Amino acid sequence: MELSGSQMVIEALRKENVSVVFGYPGGAIMNVYDEVYKQNHFKHILTRHEQAAIHAADGYARATGEVGVAFVTSGPGFTNAVTGLATAYMDSIPLVVISGQVPISMIGTDAFQEIDAVGISRPCVKHNYLVKDAKDLSRILKEAFYIARSGRPGPVHVDIPKDVTAQIAHFSYPSEIKMQTYKPTYKGNPRQIKKAIEAIAAAKRPVLYIGGGAINSNAANEVREFAQICGIPAVETLMARGVMGDENPLLLGMLGMHGCYCANMAMSEADLMIAFGPRFDDRVTGKLSEFAKHAKIIHVDIDPSSIGKIVPIDYPIVGDLKNVVEAMIPLAKEQIQADKYKPWRELLKRYNEIHPLRYEDSNDVIKPQWAIERVGELLGDKAVICTDVGQHQMWAAQFYPFSYPRQWLSSGGLGTMGYGLPAAMGAKVALPNKTVINFTGDGSILMNIQELMTAVENKIAVINIILNNQFLGMVRQWQTFFYNKRYSSTDLSVQPDFVKLVESFGGRGFRVKTKAEFDQALSDAMQSGCVCMIDVQVDRFENVLPMVPAGGTLYNMMLEYKE
Amino acid sequence: MDAIRRVLSVIVLNEDGVLSRISGLFAGRGYNIDSLTVAPIPKTNLSRLTIVTSGSTAVLEQIVKQLHKLIPTYKVIESGEFVEKELALVKIPLSEDFNGLDAMLKAYNGTIASSSEESIVLMVADDYNRIDSFLKAVKKYNPTDIVRSGSVAMDL
Repeated sequence: MELSGSQMVIEALRKENVSVVFGYPGGAIMNVYDEVYKQNHFKHILTRHEQAAIHAADGYARATGEVGVAFVTSGPGFTNAVTGLATAYMDSIPLVVISGQVPISMIGTDAFQEIDAVGISRPCVKHNYLVKDAKDLSRILKEAFYIARSGRPGPVHVDIPKDVTAQIAHFSYPSEIKMQTYKPTYKGNPRQIKKAIEAIAAAKRPVLYIGGGAINSNAANEVREFAQICGIPAVETLMARGVMGDENPLLLGMLGMHGCYCANMAMSEADLMIAFGPRFDDRVTGKLSEFAKHAKIIHVDIDPSSIGKIVPIDYPIVGDLKNVVEAMIPLAKEQIQADKYKPWRELLKRYNEIHPLRYEDSNDVIKPQWAIERVGELLGDKAVICTDVGQHQMWAAQFYPFSYPRQWLSSGGLGTMGYGLPAAMGAKVALPNKTVINFTGDGSILMNIQELMTAVENKIAVINIILNNQFLGMVRQWQTFFYNKRYSSTDLSVQPDFVKLVESFGGRGFRVKTKAEFDQALSDAMQSGCVCMIDVQVDRFENVLPMVPAGGTLYNMMLEYKE
Repeated sequence: MDAIRRVLSVIVLNEDGVLSRISGLFAGRGYNIDSLTVAPIPKTNLSRLTIVTSGSTAVLEQIVKQLHKLIPTYKVIESGEFVEKELALVKIPLSEDFNGLDAMLKAYNGTIASSSEESIVLMVADDYNRIDSFLKAVKKYNPTDIVRSGSVAMDL
C-alpha cells in the first residue's frame, strides 16, 4: 500500500486500536492533522497546552493499562511536552508521543520552531526515534507501541520531520515484531523462585513490599492470593495503592515518608522483605543504612537494572510480576504455613492500634483529611481518584479507601504539579461511566488550569476538589518544621475566585466552608454532568503526618508536630 | 570504596544517535568514562564500543545493567579476558638530542610514524599501563604533542 507519512501514522494508530489521541497542532505536524481531520477511527481531543496532552494520554494509560497516544508539533510544542514525558517515564507509563519536526533539509539550521527533540527527550523516555525516511515509518511505529507496552513500560517518542509526513512510500504494518536487541524477560528463573519460597518458609517476620510494578503487570489478583495463602502482611508504595484493597486485613497501609506507623515498623522489624515491583525510592526507604536492616530481600522486577540499584538483593528474580507470582503460588501452598506468622501479624496489629493513621477533626473548619475520607464514604469504589502533587496528594493516598488497582492515578516519581486535571480528563475519557475525582491544591490546579476549556468543550465531567489552604502546603510544612517558619514564597492567599474562574470556562463552581456545604456541593457536582471545581476552604496549617524527615529512619517517625 | 577500573566491550546497533545514548547515559547518571572508542563491525549492522570506566562494584554493576537497558544494545561483554591495546602518537622536535631513543622505541615496539622538517612522530601500540610508562620515559625528549587513542579491546 502506497501512503504518505501522515496517512501511515493514522493507519498505524488504527492497527493498534487507538481510540483517542490527545494533542495540539502546529506547523510541523499539520500534514498529520490534515489526515486526522479526514479519518474517523479515533477521536482527537484538543488540549489547551501540550503538557496537558501528554498527561491526559498518561491518565488514559494508567486508567486502562493501554498505550496512551499524543501529538505535538516541533519546537515549543515539543518542549512543552517534556514534563509529560518525564512524568510518564518516572512512573513507567506506556505512551507513544508523536512530534512534528522541521523538514530534514532544515534540521541543524536553527530553523523556525526547530529544536533537537530526540536530544532533549533521550533521558526521559524509554526510547525515541527521529524518522528519516517514510519507508521506515511502519516499522518504527510498530516498534514504538511494542516498546512502550512491553517489559517495563514507558513512553516512546517518535519525531517526524514535516517532509517525511508528506513523503509517499510503501506501507505494510508488521503483524509481528522481532527486535534484534530488545527482548524483555517475562518468566522468572525457577531455581530463584524455589530459593525465594524456601526463604519465606524459613522467615519469622516476612513483609510484602508492593510497588507500582504490581499495577503495570496487572498482578493484583495474584499478589492478593499469594498474600492470603502465606498470611504475610503487606505494605504498598504510593504507586501501588489499590493493589491489595484497603479492606484487606493483611494490608498495613502505605509506607515511606508519609506512610503509616505500622507499615514502616513492619519494614524496620521484618526479617524478610518480599519486594513485588517497587524501586526502593528515597521517599520510601529513608536513610538507606537503616532501611529494613534486619531483612533479607527478595526482589521481583521486570527491569534488571532496578534490582540492586539502591540496596543489595539476596534473592533477585527478573521477570514479569504476574508471571512470577503465578509460579510462586503453588509452591507457597505446599511449603508455607500461614499460621506461623500469626504472632508477627498480631504485633503489627498492635502497632496500628498504638499509632493509627489519624487527624484531629474540627467543627469550626474543614480538615483536608475529612474531605478525602468523606468522598471515600460517599463514593468509595465508584470513583477513580487522581491527584496533583503536595499535601493533598499524601492525604488522598492515606485516607481514601482504595479497593482496586488503577483506581488511583498520581504522579509519584517526578511529582508533577499540574498532572491532576489533565490526567483526570484522560481517565474520564477512558472510563466515561466512572466518577473521576481530582484532588488538587490551590497551587497545583493553576499549573494546568487552561484544561478546564478542554473539559468543557469535550464534556469531560471531572470533579476537581481543591483542598484550598492558600499555601503551597507541602513546602510550607517543611518551612514550619525545618526552616523556622520562614514562609519563603509559599503564601498563596492572593488567588483567583475559583468559582468564577471555572464558570468563566463554562463549568460549575462551588465554594465550601462547612461539612454540610461539602456534601451538597459533591452531590450537585455529580448531577451537573460537566467539569466542576469544588473550592474547599480547609485548615491552613494542617500538616501531613506522620512523617519521616528526608534522610531520617522509618522506625523513628515524627508522629505529631508540637510548636 | 575504591574505584575499580573496568573495560567494557559494548555491541550496539549501528544507528543514528546510538553514541549519544551511551554517552548521555554515563553523563546523566554520573558514571566515569576514562576512554571510549567506537567503530562499525564489518559486514554487520552493529558497532563495537570499547569503554574504559571506573567505579565501585555496585556502580559497575549498574553501568552494565543500564547499558543493557538501552534498546539498541545487543551485548555487553564485561568479564573474562581481554586483549587491550591503545595507540599513542608523540611529537618530538628535531632539535632534541635523540640519544637512546632507538633503544627505547625498540623496548616498546614503537616506530617512527612520520617526520617533517621540524619534528618526528613516534607511534606505540600497547596496553594502557605500558603506554603510561612509555609516555613517562619519552618526557625527556620534551614532546610538543601527545595523542592517545583510548583502549580497544577484544575478548579472548
